[in-house]
Amino acid sequence: MTTRIVELRRGILKKNDELAAGLRARYAEAGVLVLNLVSSPGTGKTAFLERTLRELRLSGARAAALVGDLETDNDARRLAASGAPVRQINTHGICHLDAEMIAKHLDGWEGVELNQLDYLFIENVGNLVCPSSYDLGEKIRVALLSVTEGEDKPLKYPTLFNSADAAVITKMDIAEPCDFDRDLALKNIHEIRPGIKVFETSSKTGAGIIEWINYLEEKLAQRER
Amino acid sequence: MHELSLAASIVEAVTETAAAYPGSTVKEVRLRLGALSDVVEDSLRFCWDLTVEGTPLAGATLVVTQISVVVHCDRCNDDVQLESLQSFRCPRCGEPASDLRQGKELEIESIEVDDHCMEQTSEEYLPDQETRGEK
Repeated sequence: MTTRIVELRRGILKKNDELAAGLRARYAEAGVLVLNLVSSPGTGKTAFLERTLRELRLSGARAAALVGDLETDNDARRLAASGAPVRQINTHGICHLDAEMIAKHLDGWEGVELNQLDYLFIENVGNLVCPSSYDLGEKIRVALLSVTEGEDKPLKYPTLFNSADAAVITKMDIAEPCDFDRDLALKNIHEIRPGIKVFETSSKTGAGIIEWINYLEEKLAQRER
Repeated sequence: MHELSLAASIVEAVTETAAAYPGSTVKEVRLRLGALSDVVEDSLRFCWDLTVEGTPLAGATLVVTQISVVVHCDRCNDDVQLESLQSFRCPRCGEPASDLRQGKELEIESIEVDDHCMEQTSEEYLPDQETRGEK
């Protein structure tokens, strides 16, 4: 009997990474800017996305959303009220979205042609751990954090915040009653992801939304075709 | 995180590779896990035992190499190891560092197989039937 070492040197998530690379090429060819929104449950991703879709619609941009949840299509119904095409992905217990789920839901999406869209938002399952490992082919990963969650959230979940391209603080309208320490939160975000663009927003009052929309428009203009 | 699905992905990949060595058993699977991969080793080991049962990997040992986070410091113009995941700064000069060079690995490095039929498989024109017989 002989023992031999066989080198593999392959990513455990190779299949997902390959699928995501295919999606990335597909998005680029269609000229659609794809964003992956990640946060804990209850941060206000859906409210933030509702507001974003409404504002984009007013500005004449074409946006659609894929929304991931373990169960129910409540979020899709909420978001659809904005007038944007929305599709729910139910993961039935899986704690994150993966590239295969995205690919499946892009096909046969009635009334949606990728090349007619400016933006596609993917609202991930509420979870600050697992979604960080799964590339969905997105151009921009957005980490969201609400004022009720504690300023040290980025320190507790460095992987996710470090892999983000932009950060959004939500619920700024209730920052004061929550004793939210804005400077500390900003410091912590930058400690994990130096130089990241941070938006301080309220989906309720609309604070910070203009800056966010301006950022989206800037990124859309820079996208490769 | 999702250690159970990771364990399943590992078993799938290793089974594919091991199929090239008919009749062999997988003794060891070596992984490289970055500090930013968010994999909990204990949890992965727990899931491992459940996942390998009844597969060609049953009884295989899991060997994990933890990979530290290395960033590039522009000021020092050097790759430096982070001291803490709570601060992405160069430990030498304190400069913020966002250029990640190492630490996100989630990788199967190699496997060790016991080749029961080494002599036969090393012969190129082994009749098909005999290979099957070894399984």
